Amino acid sequence: MAEYSALSLLKNALSANRDWKPAWRKPEPKPAYDVVIIGGGGHGLSTAWYLAKEHGITNVAVLEKGYLGSGNIGRNTTIIRSNYLLPENTRFYEHSMKLWENLSHELNYNVMFSQRGVLNLAHTPSQLDDFARRGNAMRHEGIDAELIVGAAAVGRLVPGLDVSGSARFPIIGGLLQPRAGTARHDAVAWGYARAADRRGVDMIENCEVTGFLREGDRIVGVSTTRGEIRAGKVAVAVAGSTGRVMKLAGIERLPIESHVLQAFVSEALKPVLHTVVTFGAGHLYASQSDKGGLVFGGDIDGYNSYAQRGNLPVVEEVASEFVAMFPGFSRVRLLRSWGGIMDMSMDGSPIITTGPLPGMYLNCGWCYGGFKATPASGYCFAHTIARDEQHPLSAAFTLDRFQRGILIDEKGQGATPRLH
Amino acid sequence: MLISCPYCGPRDVSEFTYQGDATRTRPDPASADAAAWHEYVYERSNEAGPHREFWQHAGGCRAHVVVIRNTVTHEISSVAPARGDRI
Ligand SMILES: Cc1cc2nc3c(=O)[nH]c(=O)nc-3n(C[C@H](O)[C@H](O)[C@H](O)COP(=O)(O)OP(=O)(O)OC[C@H]3O[C@@H](n4cnc5c(N)ncnc54)[C@H](O)[C@@H]3O)c2cc1C
Ligand SMILES: [Zn+2]
Repeated sequence: MAEYSALSLLKNALSANRDWKPAWRKPEPKPAYDVVIIGGGGHGLSTAWYLAKEHGITNVAVLEKGYLGSGNIGRNTTIIRSNYLLPENTRFYEHSMKLWENLSHELNYNVMFSQRGVLNLAHTPSQLDDFARRGNAMRHEGIDAELIVGAAAVGRLVPGLDVSGSARFPIIGGLLQPRAGTARHDAVAWGYARAADRRGVDMIENCEVTGFLREGDRIVGVSTTRGEIRAGKVAVAVAGSTGRVMKLAGIERLPIESHVLQAFVSEALKPVLHTVVTFGAGHLYASQSDKGGLVFGGDIDGYNSYAQRGNLPVVEEVASEFVAMFPGFSRVRLLRSWGGIMDMSMDGSPIITTGPLPGMYLNCGWCYGGFKATPASGYCFAHTIARDEQHPLSAAFTLDRFQRGILIDEKGQGATPRLH
Repeated sequence: MLISCPYCGPRDVSEFTYQGDATRTRPDPASADAAAWHEYVYERSNEAGPHREFWQHAGGCRAHVVVIRNTVTHEISSVAPARGDRI
């Protein structure tokens, strides 16, 4: 019987829910593992799961300085899509989408994946042309995309949007990916953690990595606030903390800047927004959570930051864009806002690689789109760790692409992280 | 966040444009040293703590300034004109 099923619910109800096991054990760290993963966020946890499932490597520990899911995996606006233009990105994110589609079954954990669609709004003819091109690129890769032409068609899709000609930035169409959507972010962390735990992976919380153990050039383990842990392989998946952690290994410079991104949630409303909508005349993305709150966000604040909080100008900008789109939401009250630290790469695309030191593996550069990547990132990173080679789907995401001039710059913004 | 422009006094951060890490050294424009250009264009020390960075008072006097700001607390310890610095 699956650990979580209708039958197990019934059985546990009969015993007054006294027999449920904790979703993961709280083991003491062992002195040595085959693989140590630094960072108990989405990517570290999914890497642990695919190491166990796809490669049979289970003598693994995930080291997390706080509690599992305390980083960006528990702070994001949960949007999942594969509506990219460049083939390196479309293929990778579409693989992720396919893993999402079966994830609740694979993990025996309801991640509440909801394919409610993502609609990008267009406000100018050139923008709509650009969307047609991106939609065609997606369809060429076998990904669903629908060009929506005309304000009336958009208005039929999303009631409440101001599709009138007198809107501040009149809407003329959009690009819809029907299979895109959202998932419950915490459940993704918990689901991967439990599934990996059941295969023998140790989740070590409150365990901050404070240094690396070396033999010559080679990384052979880590020192932590819970003692030294040796490892055959050390994998780093710490997102916004990449700069800090890599400095501990003597890597002083990387093509990464840490920036703060804020997100917002309103008071709960009855169902009013059944899809994910993004504003095209600025930067705003919004959806409604199952609890009823409007969840939305916009640009990063735009300056280097390791503080998990941002400043007011972004709050003002995002709120005014939201109200320009949905005038009816102007009196909805904001419930909470928060920030997370993004590992912004110099071309807006991620890095999944062996090295940069022997015995080490690096996963970073997710900018603000790493939630949707969680399954594929772990899947490819586990392959890289197990086999010491790039997975074909992440083969382009190397660290040396900046040196070699093979950038994957989806938006063509250049080496300015605040514009990605 | 308030930035004290040396010419205009304390102003809201929204008047300024961020121009990034001010510790990088730009190679001579005539240089064809690929490694040096790569280092300048793409590599960052991404400091957690005091960070030397350029801002422009774009919505004010338009001066370029060098700010030392703690990236962990956002506390600004110095703002000076960007004289002699090459962006
Ligand atoms: C506000 C916001 C909105 C976002 N919206 C979206 C979205 O809609 N769609 C999308 O696809 N993406 C989105 N993202 C991006 C996405 O959340 C991230 O790219 C992704 O979660 C990063 O990977 P992760 O889950 O592994 O990171 P994290 O959860 O941050 O995991 C890294 C972990 O490493 C730990 N760590 C750090 N240093 C150490 C150390 N020395 N020792 C041990 N552990 C350490 C941290 O505590 C943390 O738990 C958003 C991000 C934010 C902040
Ligand atoms: Zn000024």
